Amino acid sequence: MTVAALHEYLEQSARRYPQTCAAVEASSGRQITYCELDALSDQVRDHLRRIGVRPADRVGICLPKSIASLAVLFGILKVGAAYVPVDSLAPPARNAFIFNDCGVRAIFVEASRAETLRCELARLAAEPCLLPLDWSDGPSPLATYLARVEAGGLAVEDESARPGPDNLAYVLYTSGSTGQPKGVMLTHRNGSSYVDWCSDILAPDENDRFSSHAPFHFDLSILDIFVPLKHGATVFLIGEELGKNPTRMASVIAERRLTVWYSTPSVLTLLVEHGSLDARDDHALRFILFAGEVFPVKHLRRLKAVVPRARYLNLYGPTETNVCTYYEIPQTIAEDRSAPFPIGRACSHVKARVIDPNGRNVPRGQEGELAISGAPVMLGYWNMPERTSAAFHVDSSGRWYRTGDVVIEGDGGVYTFRGRRDRMVKRRGYRIELGEIETALYRHPAISEVAAIARSEESGVSIKVFYASRDGHALSLIELKRFCAHNLPAYMAPDWFSHQQLLPKTSTDKIDYQHLMRME
Amino acid sequence: MNAIQIRTMARDFILKEFLPGERPENLTDSTELITDGILDSLATLKLVAYLEKSCGIEIAPDELVPENLNSIAQIANFVQSKQPST
Repeated sequence: MTVAALHEYLEQSARRYPQTCAAVEASSGRQITYCELDALSDQVRDHLRRIGVRPADRVGICLPKSIASLAVLFGILKVGAAYVPVDSLAPPARNAFIFNDCGVRAIFVEASRAETLRCELARLAAEPCLLPLDWSDGPSPLATYLARVEAGGLAVEDESARPGPDNLAYVLYTSGSTGQPKGVMLTHRNGSSYVDWCSDILAPDENDRFSSHAPFHFDLSILDIFVPLKHGATVFLIGEELGKNPTRMASVIAERRLTVWYSTPSVLTLLVEHGSLDARDDHALRFILFAGEVFPVKHLRRLKAVVPRARYLNLYGPTETNVCTYYEIPQTIAEDRSAPFPIGRACSHVKARVIDPNGRNVPRGQEGELAISGAPVMLGYWNMPERTSAAFHVDSSGRWYRTGDVVIEGDGGVYTFRGRRDRMVKRRGYRIELGEIETALYRHPAISEVAAIARSEESGVSIKVFYASRDGHALSLIELKRFCAHNLPAYMAPDWFSHQQLLPKTSTDKIDYQHLMRME
Repeated sequence: MNAIQIRTMARDFILKEFLPGERPENLTDSTELITDGILDSLATLKLVAYLEKSCGIEIAPDELVPENLNSIAQIANFVQSKQPST
């Protein structure tokens, strides 16, 4: 069952399973049926139309994860516009940059953050319409908001837009090497081709209960949102606070009898190490899916011992393609294995190949860059035609997205990840351009030089910053952490800082990263 | 344990574990620990485990919120409220 537009998954399920529970806020227990979610997102659609939002516009979402933000997301799609989700806790200046960059027409924002966001937008001379939802009004801020603004209003038209499969559906911003985030443009077809592949692999039905751990601005959320809603299953929305609390998350998994869990390995590790997941033996989990970073085998082995009956899939893919390869972890992991598992073989909805810098195929068994083509590959980067063309290799066989990931192809078309060809790293599932951290720290008035490096350790990737200061003295660690907290999203915060009189230089007077990598 | 003892204990632990090399006087009772990025979520869990062990209290999952833990002063108030009154 494929669809032209992503919101059709919800519309079809609302007809088929009107009274089934579509979504539950895991922390409050509030829930909404398919019929209600469909109707609520229709109201959002009608309101957006009334304030002038048209097909192909963009609309921002700066809200905590909730039934309200889910209904808003579908309402935006139903107008035929694209949703642009951001981390509501990220620095307001960064969010304003994103909303201004892609020219959103309107933004749904948590009321308590609206004024700061408005000020930051004003500094960029941007004036999108802000639609504030106030959680202090009660547990249904969206319904309250709509009731207030719509008193007596009539719908302009009561049908949802029918965008074509190649129309823009969402823009996800990721860390950019120039210091500013860049917007990955994804269409309805990009999303639906992936969702349909997930249906084949997971064979979900209306009895399934999915986790939604990743925030909506993170590409893992595409599976969490659309796969359960396509099949009449229930999605359990895990918000920011609960998502960091392993004991409570473990309770949700057990008590709510979740059947499909999807998160980064870091979160699963947290669950095993701190969540007393092992104290429970009544799991209903059919699938544990993980993506976004390498899962250290030590932790994966422990998790498998605790939840032995589930199937484990390692999913791999950048935001530009979403998941494009997958690997099922074998039933038993050899005692002496410490090497991470492969990223696996290409999913059935993509084509994959390994190429050299000139776009020629690399023989099996040799390192090369993984390139992907097919239905889920992004349109390009918002407003960055040069970056977009640099990201693709085009030849007679098609348009290939260059992932930047160096891999080796082994037997049976199974790929193993070897590293990156640039300065992007993944930590706890988030991609981080080390250059963006450096750009932010250069804004500190006392810092004269800064270089960020990443190290892979058994427990995962850690980021270390070397810096020199104008007066030659080390800065207070509290001051450095505070500066990062206010100038970078939390997921980019460095793990270590090291003060140097001067940073080491190469013969051409550039910062010597190789030297820094060897320093303790 | 009185408030001063709890503050000292929490301050020593945070300095040792999460702020190696920091001058102790820079960490005040009102320094914002979570909102200023000094404690990330994993560090918060370590701090809570330490408080539970050394103060003989049990902190419920629902209590792991910034309102209880965002400064040394808030930690002291919170831990005191958890101790049985003598």
